[in-house]
Amino acid sequence: MSELHTVNKSPFEKSSLESCLGHAQEGSAVLLLEDGVYGAAKGAAAVEAKMKAATGIKLYVLGPDFKARGLSADRLIDGVEMVDYAGFVDLAAEHDKVVAWV
Amino acid sequence: MSEIKKFMYLNRRAPYGTIYAWESLEVVLIGAAFEQDVSLAFVDDGVYQIMKGQDTAEVGMKNFSPTYSALGDYEVTKLYVEKESLEERGLTIDDLMDLKWEDEDEDWAEKDSIILVSREELSQAMSEQDVVFSF
Repeated sequence: MSELHTVNKSPFEKSSLESCLGHAQEGSAVLLLEDGVYGAAKGAAAVEAKMKAATGIKLYVLGPDFKARGLSADRLIDGVEMVDYAGFVDLAAEHDKVVAWV
Repeated sequence: MSEIKKFMYLNRRAPYGTIYAWESLEVVLIGAAFEQDVSLAFVDDGVYQIMKGQDTAEVGMKNFSPTYSALGDYEVTKLYVEKESLEERGLTIDDLMDLKWEDEDEDWAEKDSIILVSREELSQAMSEQDVVFSF
């Protein structure tokens, strides 16, 4: 069973991202959205290390939420792909289920 | 007899994901009418509230970040930003909006509203307050 995991909380305030990455299996996908998008921004050493350690997992960030917060594509951590709302729907459809780390 | 009190608004949440940042701004603007000594502190994820370049067009929410530029007109001129909180998030002061106020006593000279402070300096500023409102 392939899963799409979603994280919508800031990694600096909640442990949602860490828990999610700790439970996501190889071949699954993780989409960061809402305040979760801060986890996809370069420069915060501790968070970046956790993201880079997630091997075998596809990482996505919801572009509209990233841009709303003053972040631009050049600030994305390498290996994270930006998707729009249609991309979010595609990801949900491609996987067997969605697991939300709220 | 009215006595001027020191009020600090402590902002610790990112914008948009929750209503805290917007509510804080609303209360600051209302409170400005009471002519007290007001300051804002941006700590933890609160520093994200004043990031430059916010563009909410695609999320269908109001971009309220331009409102921070208007605070000077309400005599809210002290915006403390905690250096450690910026550093933990890989940010610098250049990632923040260039917020200014005009000093009536110096021929409307433009001055920076943002005061970059260390955690220790912020803790000191907080201890000097009469009231701290948390958002």
